[in-house]
Amino acid sequence: MTLTEFVIATVVKILVVLGLFSALAGFGTYLERKVLAFMQRRLGPMHVGPYGVLQVLADGIKLFTKEDIVPQNSVKPIFMIAPVIGAATAFIALAAVPLFPEFEIFGITVHPIISDVNVGVLFVLGVMASGLYAPLLAGMASANKWGLLGAARTVIQLLSYEVVTGLSIMAPLMMVGSLSLIDINNYQSGGFGDWIVWAQPVAFVLFLIAGFAETNRTPFDLLEHEAEIISGYATEYSGMRWGMFFIGEYANMITIAFLASLIFLGGFNDWGFIPGGLAIILKVSFLFFFFLWTRAAWPHIRPDQLMWLCWKILLPLAVINIVITGLVLMI
Amino acid sequence: MSLEQFKDRNVSQNYRFIPVDKPPTAPMDKFKQVLKRTFKGELFVGLWVVFREMVKFNIHTVQYPKEKLPISPRYRAVHKLYRLLESGYERCIGCGLCEKICIANCIRMDTRYDENQRKEVTEYTINLGRCIFCGYCAEVCPELAIVHGGRYENASEQRAHFVLKEDMLTPLDFLKEGKQEEFPGFGAVSPNADERIKKTPLAY
Repeated sequence: MTLTEFVIATVVKILVVLGLFSALAGFGTYLERKVLAFMQRRLGPMHVGPYGVLQVLADGIKLFTKEDIVPQNSVKPIFMIAPVIGAATAFIALAAVPLFPEFEIFGITVHPIISDVNVGVLFVLGVMASGLYAPLLAGMASANKWGLLGAARTVIQLLSYEVVTGLSIMAPLMMVGSLSLIDINNYQSGGFGDWIVWAQPVAFVLFLIAGFAETNRTPFDLLEHEAEIISGYATEYSGMRWGMFFIGEYANMITIAFLASLIFLGGFNDWGFIPGGLAIILKVSFLFFFFLWTRAAWPHIRPDQLMWLCWKILLPLAVINIVITGLVLMI
Repeated sequence: MSLEQFKDRNVSQNYRFIPVDKPPTAPMDKFKQVLKRTFKGELFVGLWVVFREMVKFNIHTVQYPKEKLPISPRYRAVHKLYRLLESGYERCIGCGLCEKICIANCIRMDTRYDENQRKEVTEYTINLGRCIFCGYCAEVCPELAIVHGGRYENASEQRAHFVLKEDMLTPLDFLKEGKQEEFPGFGAVSPNADERIKKTPLAY
């Protein structure tokens, strides 16, 4: 492959991923509203388009045409750039995620990964972790007490759960012996029984819990408890800047769902008679649905309970899991 | 929802208290509580409950402008003036009791004697901006002429659009089609009134 071909292919992939996942993030809000509504015996959006499908479009028009308010006492450049960080890191994280198995189109073999970094897991987790700057800077720059509280909660939550994510993923990585997501995927190519979740159930549960915390989803959505701190870091935001936070959040949810299915649930290997491409879509859809499902079913927890759970329960569990995995691997 | 269900507001007999234990204070008890709660699987019960509701798809939403809940026949919304069933004359005899009793002072009427020396109502208005929909006018009316209807959607450019006599009065063609339903609310004749009537002594 020549350099020009490589550049063209990469740019096309980037555009496809950007466009597809922005659209998916938008559609995710529709799905979330529908699923939550059905679980609460409501109908959800019904009026825009058939069954409210075009509600996303209406919301988009609303967000784009809304006045962009920058508060007087805010630190303006930081206030304005914070949402961009949120959306950008969410999409950059997707760069090292292999989305589908290789396929051929017009006689060209396509690797559906923008860049096969050999430390893929590290890259994805690192970029997602740097996404914490978005709510942090947004909350601190917006000259608002609710924003500040939201920012403080972001830091305690994301920093502590970052540790759990890293440690919980350590055990599977020790088994595979590689940080590349493609290697991890290929490790589980033996079929249903080879999925790492069977060998590492504790790590899977820990990773999911930490994933919920990192994407600020419901049991852990302390950053924007409406009842406590209005909207947390996003209190002062309006229009598309606010929308970018949400695109980032939903893109992050999809990334976490992809990571969990790649690392634990067999990735895009063929699953019985289901081809790999469809298999990973099913797994990611189920995990996405699980995110919404818990939001309908479970209450929030308090910040102190959150910290208690992280440092006193999850962290020791993760460490014990690593030790046991190490012992088993040695013997 | 059927009307019977809707009208049954007597829910108090279904209330019951849920016994709540005191929270533990000793460290060991706290630890036991954590263990119990962790492995009891209550979180999965919650997941199951919402999933069951989603699959059952028992939606309670009323898509309001398209669907409407039934309202009670005794609901007190915008007034109606009725006509006599046989002759089609207005029931109102112009006694002025409703005007007198109206505590919001919103009813105004103008009467005169017609050629048969019968009281005729020339003007009848209710200022709905003042009306508190207390129902006294319907209650005091000796002829069941003014009653409360079920029209509660009174959005318009002007309040005056609702208060005129010809808007409240049953249209004649409507009456001829037999569509003027007797008001079932307070002071109305019961459905089995005919059976309950006893002949006066004059018939003996």
